[in-house]
Amino acid sequence: MTTIPTSSTAQVIPGQGAMAQPESAKPAKAKRRRFLFLRNAKAVIGLVILGLYVLFAIIGPWVTPYDPDARSNDLIQAPSADHWFGTTHLGQDVFSQVLDGTRSVVFVGFLAGTIATVLSVIIGITAGYLGGRTDDTLSALSNVFLVIPAIPLMIIITSILENASNLLIALVIGLTSWSWNARVLRAQTLSLRRRDYIEASRATGEKTWRIVGFELLPNLTAVIASGFIGTVIFAVLSLITLAFIGIVSNAGWNWGTILFWAQGQQALAQGAWWWFVPAGLAIAFLGTALSLINFAIDEFVSPRLRSMGKTKLKTASGGTVRMRIGFTPVLDNSAAPHTHAKPIPINTGGATPVIRETAGS
Amino acid sequence: MKYFLQRIAFYLFTAWAAITLNFFIPRLVPGDPVQSLIAKFRGQLSTEAINSLYVLFGLDDDKGLWAQYIDYWKQLFQGDLGLSFTFFPSPVSQIISDALPWTVLLVGITTVISFLIGTSLGVLAGWRRGSWTDGLLPVTTFFSSVPYFWLGIIAIYLLTGPDSFFPSSGGFDSALIPAWDQYFIPSALQHSLLPALTILISSVSGWILSMRNMMVTVSSEDYITVAHAKGLSERRVAVSYAARNALLPNISGFALSLGFIVGGTLLVEIVFSYPGLGFILLQALGAKDYPLMQGIFLVITISVLVANLVADLAYLLLDPRTRKDG
Amino acid sequence: MEPVLEIRNLNVDYGLGDRAVHAVRDVNLTLHRGEVLGLAGESGSGKSTLAYGLTRLLAPPGVISGGEVIYHPEQGDPYDVLGLSDNALRAFRWAETAIVFQGAMNSLNPVHKISTQLTDVLKAHDPKMSDHSRKARAREMLKLVGISPDRMDAYPHQLSGGMRQRVMIGMALILQPQVVIMDEPTTALDVVMQRQILGQLIELRERLGFSVVFITHDLSLLVEFSNRIAIMYGGRIVEEAPAATIYRDALHPYSRGLLSSFPALRGARRELTGIPGSPPDLAGMPSGCSFHPRCPKAFEPCPTHIPVLGRPGTPDGAARSVACWLHPTEQPVG
Repeated sequence: MTTIPTSSTAQVIPGQGAMAQPESAKPAKAKRRRFLFLRNAKAVIGLVILGLYVLFAIIGPWVTPYDPDARSNDLIQAPSADHWFGTTHLGQDVFSQVLDGTRSVVFVGFLAGTIATVLSVIIGITAGYLGGRTDDTLSALSNVFLVIPAIPLMIIITSILENASNLLIALVIGLTSWSWNARVLRAQTLSLRRRDYIEASRATGEKTWRIVGFELLPNLTAVIASGFIGTVIFAVLSLITLAFIGIVSNAGWNWGTILFWAQGQQALAQGAWWWFVPAGLAIAFLGTALSLINFAIDEFVSPRLRSMGKTKLKTASGGTVRMRIGFTPVLDNSAAPHTHAKPIPINTGGATPVIRETAGS
Repeated sequence: MKYFLQRIAFYLFTAWAAITLNFFIPRLVPGDPVQSLIAKFRGQLSTEAINSLYVLFGLDDDKGLWAQYIDYWKQLFQGDLGLSFTFFPSPVSQIISDALPWTVLLVGITTVISFLIGTSLGVLAGWRRGSWTDGLLPVTTFFSSVPYFWLGIIAIYLLTGPDSFFPSSGGFDSALIPAWDQYFIPSALQHSLLPALTILISSVSGWILSMRNMMVTVSSEDYITVAHAKGLSERRVAVSYAARNALLPNISGFALSLGFIVGGTLLVEIVFSYPGLGFILLQALGAKDYPLMQGIFLVITISVLVANLVADLAYLLLDPRTRKDG
Repeated sequence: MEPVLEIRNLNVDYGLGDRAVHAVRDVNLTLHRGEVLGLAGESGSGKSTLAYGLTRLLAPPGVISGGEVIYHPEQGDPYDVLGLSDNALRAFRWAETAIVFQGAMNSLNPVHKISTQLTDVLKAHDPKMSDHSRKARAREMLKLVGISPDRMDAYPHQLSGGMRQRVMIGMALILQPQVVIMDEPTTALDVVMQRQILGQLIELRERLGFSVVFITHDLSLLVEFSNRIAIMYGGRIVEEAPAATIYRDALHPYSRGLLSSFPALRGARRELTGIPGSPPDLAGMPSGCSFHPRCPKAFEPCPTHIPVLGRPGTPDGAARSVACWLHPTEQPVG
């Protein structure tokens, strides 16, 4: 709910599309580029953190030190060696709750992300590739879904469904959050469709599903991946929002449920900061990791966005200059030649030049 | 003009779609919700109210779906959104019109300020790449990953207290009666500061980032090089050439993101017990007050549509290419 | 002839250190007052980099790694453009050297009126000029390039490609610069429009007396419109001579190849053969003469030794220079 889609590939506005197009991805170079992607520090950090979350999602519920529901006599205890994140008003272990809740969060996030991505791929590519009436209808549909506020809609639907399971919540989130990606994919498909190699495939009578599957989709990978990650962030925040206002309290522990109980029990008034902070930080780090991956995808797609490595340069005279647009740095302002090509003296015979030592650049 | 009419047509269509969706939502409720409500409000519901409930949930068997739909529109045009259970027997329209100004003022003003600040910082970060502004990005990324409401909770914990200037909840001092006077307005402002700050901090980073990226993209356009070659001042190139063009997609982004932002801000109201739509929605949810929920959803959707229309108008004024034919 | 712009050993790199790509290497070139100097070469030969480099307009990661660009103002002493402070460079730009860019379609800011974009140059360089006289000057320039002054309030998207390019030429001349650099100014236009605009430009040059550096890959255009032609390959100038001389009797095998790639509009017909192979990758430049892998006449010294630009031993050698082992040089240029 708090996600403002910020990916540059998401900034494709019809009529302005050219501004954020990926610099034509050549299929042949895909392998090398994928390797390059992993050299991006943001991608590596993001993937490592995400990997940890997935690991905890899998093993979390088995390795919790306490049963997250189990009450004890340690009521509202600050963090200690026994209870790393302290305890709740019922003496439950907050650390166990956070660990146990990771699974629901990751499950709902990825499932909803997958549902929304599949929908957006189908709708976006169909609209962009087929064009005409189909495009008009599908575009109108995605624009409607885009403008209708998703969170209030989700809240109402979930509240009507009563005691929804995680599966159902993922479904609701997925079904209400595909529109942004569909829009981006439609714009990308439109521009790809006009490229020569797609035109050529169409002209030679290649089957539509083959063109889409083998020519279009590989070139949309980055956009689809970025959309998927964006939706996962959105889905995680949505789940936590729904849990925080208490309408999915029966779907087991997740970080939102922890915050719901903390808020309901006036944890703040009792100074129990440990009840709030771990769950919030867990959300923030997951979100940051996913955002980092998305930035890396963005930079990978449009290299202009990469932070420039070295921007301060040393000049020959010992000063420093900055790399910036409009004022190319001058490193050495002297007229001495750099590559010492030397003239050869005229050989009076004129036939064979005399070869002298020269230093190549 | 044609562009504008197209947009209006689209918003009317979307409004229709939202209203129709709203019509179907209560019909999804399993079982007989009216019976359980009658049981809950033992004897308090008049026959009329019960009948209108049956109409609302589509359980009056004498009428077909189409006739129900027509009735629903008729009620809507009379401004009749039904009666609220939570605040029985107040009409939903009354409750919403009391809460709406709070939300519009808090969320509306804060969102616009956040957009302005974020966009300006984004211009700086995109123009002076490699300077200190690049260090801003990890911080903003972190803040944009934190749910608004959690930040609100932390703000309450850290900044409010018996001696603090910031009140921890409510929209105004409970000793005052809402009025446009010298006591009430300062109190309302004071109460809105912390929620506004929360929304600002969580939402501003998104604008910084998207504007930075647009600036970077625009900076390599030919007309920027031309502007430098013309010997224009750095400021003129950055503002009038680069930022002016980078702003356009960001405004479209602003319009499209409003739906997301509103969702987040509702939660901030809940955390601060701020008397806006979000706070009322929470109460409606607790009481299974479907008419109120529906009404709130409808009003939020219409507000977002109106805000979108305004953003479209701004775009129209800023981009000459959409203004005239061609 | 009096020089107006002297480029001395200009070196331009993309990137730094070992990974730097040398896009322009040891270029020496003199532009004389009132002449049209053509700069030709395939894409990637460094001709545009040279033009952007001498005005310090290259975007990162471009850096000028060495050289001087000496400008001779109409009055006063010559100075080095690369040594100017930011503010002095801003004042120098457009007032002394204006550029008409490649792809003029995108050279105009889409959100501002033509009049705004014409007058903001005047405002930047002469803040004291009145609003009214700025407008009058802008109108005058539009008239000069054959555009009705009532298009002042038009936005770029309302003009055709040819009109936009004319606006850019008008804009380039608005401060009466001594040097106008034209970087592929007509590539995006159709042939008829190309000649119309270039013809008009030459006429304006005769009237106003500025010098032109005309960059294009289309050698036939240069033969027709310029006084002297310099040919670039692999970041270096390989041959430089009066236009007619190049056309009649090019010495460098690359120049000959280029000439035989284009049909000439006037003069005797000749066979179109083109050049085998493709331009070198700047990152992996061949050793010695960078043209040797494609050169039909390459011999012993070519793969290992870089030839230097110098006067050839031909009878007209005093007026031309070439960098080729086939034509041993008497004295280096620059």
